[in-house]
Amino acid sequence: MTGVDVQILLPEILLAVYAMAALMLGLYGSKDKMTGLLTWATAGLFVALALLIALRGSEGASAFGGMVVDDAFARFAKVVILISAAGVLFMSQDYMARRDLARFEFPVLVTLSVIGMMIMVSAGDLMALYMGLELQSLSLYVMAAMRRDSVKSTEAGLKYFVLGALSSGLLLYGASLVYGFAGTTLFAGIASTLTEGEASLGLLFGLVFLIAGMAFKVSAAPFHMWTPDVYEGAPTPVTAFFATAPKVAAMALIARVVHDAFGGVPGDWAQVLAALAVVSMFLGAVAAIGQKDIKRLMAYSSIAHMGYALVGLAAATPQGVQATLIYMAIYVTMNLGTFAFILSMERDGRPVTDIASLNQFAKAEPLKAMAMLILLFSLAGVPPMLGFFGKFYVLKAAVDAGMVWLAVAGAVASVVGAFYYLRIVYFMYFGAEQEPVESRMSPVQWLMLVGVAAVMLIGVVNLFGIEPIALQAAEALLG
Amino acid sequence: MVGLEHYLTVAAALFVIGIFGIFLNRKNVIVILMSIELMLLAVNINFVAFSSYLGDLVGQVFTLFILTVAAAEAAIVLAILVVFFRNRGTIDVEDVNVMKG
Repeated sequence: MTGVDVQILLPEILLAVYAMAALMLGLYGSKDKMTGLLTWATAGLFVALALLIALRGSEGASAFGGMVVDDAFARFAKVVILISAAGVLFMSQDYMARRDLARFEFPVLVTLSVIGMMIMVSAGDLMALYMGLELQSLSLYVMAAMRRDSVKSTEAGLKYFVLGALSSGLLLYGASLVYGFAGTTLFAGIASTLTEGEASLGLLFGLVFLIAGMAFKVSAAPFHMWTPDVYEGAPTPVTAFFATAPKVAAMALIARVVHDAFGGVPGDWAQVLAALAVVSMFLGAVAAIGQKDIKRLMAYSSIAHMGYALVGLAAATPQGVQATLIYMAIYVTMNLGTFAFILSMERDGRPVTDIASLNQFAKAEPLKAMAMLILLFSLAGVPPMLGFFGKFYVLKAAVDAGMVWLAVAGAVASVVGAFYYLRIVYFMYFGAEQEPVESRMSPVQWLMLVGVAAVMLIGVVNLFGIEPIALQAAEALLG
Repeated sequence: MVGLEHYLTVAAALFVIGIFGIFLNRKNVIVILMSIELMLLAVNINFVAFSSYLGDLVGQVFTLFILTVAAAEAAIVLAILVVFFRNRGTIDVEDVNVMKG
């Protein structure tokens, strides 16, 4: 019995043991000198675990009395989380070393937060949900304040903590109400109290609080206030991490909670998610226009993207969940490529994040500028790139679910949002004459940027076969 | 007779005081930490009250987890606060404003 449980949880346990061993090694070993080695080892372990999880059988299983669920949905999310975290580690090593940030804690913290995310996506109980979420969040707070001597970085850590703790409080209050009115914290148990297709008022309040708490974590408007500041203040590799893996985990968590626990009352949460989606899409599109810092711009961009991903969930159909999963996978890939470029921007050996510094960049580095152009077009959702298909899937899911207004709003917001992506392209190709920013890349970053740009073009053929896998995952969740 | 609703009312009041404490406080970051703690404790009251009302232990187990996490949270935020103070020389809420959001 316990043996089977442990086997199901094996990847998480392996990672936890590894994290503690790495911490010990860092502390009692040669401290920061082994950061490079630890980073590569951690990233390698992530990739190996992703393969292991991807190759596991397709049948679902639950462990520890339903506390932890391991189904196709969880596995899909875990693979995306692990691969993106590995990607961030691979490309951050060079930056960290050159900026005097190479501390051995970074890979350890990334590992711990990844464990939290993996627990989140396979949570089958409010308690597992909370513990996973906190393990992830606490590691992220520390990471945001990684650059201890920088005012901005510590301020980012502080702001992130205060708003993150507030959201955890909201989520917990919701959890307590759900527990009180359903009499259990197990998702399956909560679902079984909803058999009449109607939720009591207390459960509804709990549900709304839960969604509000989780919306903070995906930075959906109107719970997005922390995002721009934290993205700007945190060191760039950390920002790259914030923009990828935690978003996938939190989005998968929302999907898990609304379908597993509240699948019986889709009418009650679909409206909330749709409202969040509309506000996020428009706020992300409009507020990004005036931004001068590319990291702040990426923050608003991620808010808008979360809006689109929520459109898929608001549809409350298997197609909707499938669309959201595809969207998140594409979003993470695009962001990895974009951040590989942002990491490389520097002038006189100092990192710059000013958008205006990209003026005339295409003359200096035509290949990188072309790769960036493809990525920005993809982020904007211009048709031949992969980003368009992500948006197409979620909007189609909304239309199929009878939410035409939501799809129209999404299309309008996407046109507005295209403006600020294209503005960067304009600067790179037709900007004012000036000395363009330098772009010093390690081979890994270069490979990431160009590789992702190529993926955005080649993926058009069949989305790398991700479509049936995502459908299988969605059916595992709803079935 | 003190019933479930009394506990829930107290918890709701404490929770709301906690939220207001975060947003209305303009003075000191430490007060924000106290407000956060207040919110978490309000949730704990909720859980224990429901647990006793339902005759189900899960709520109390949940409370223990929340207490543990709250302790870890406090440790982390105080560490962040110390480095912030070293950089800025102040922990006034109004001075947490290098970036405008």
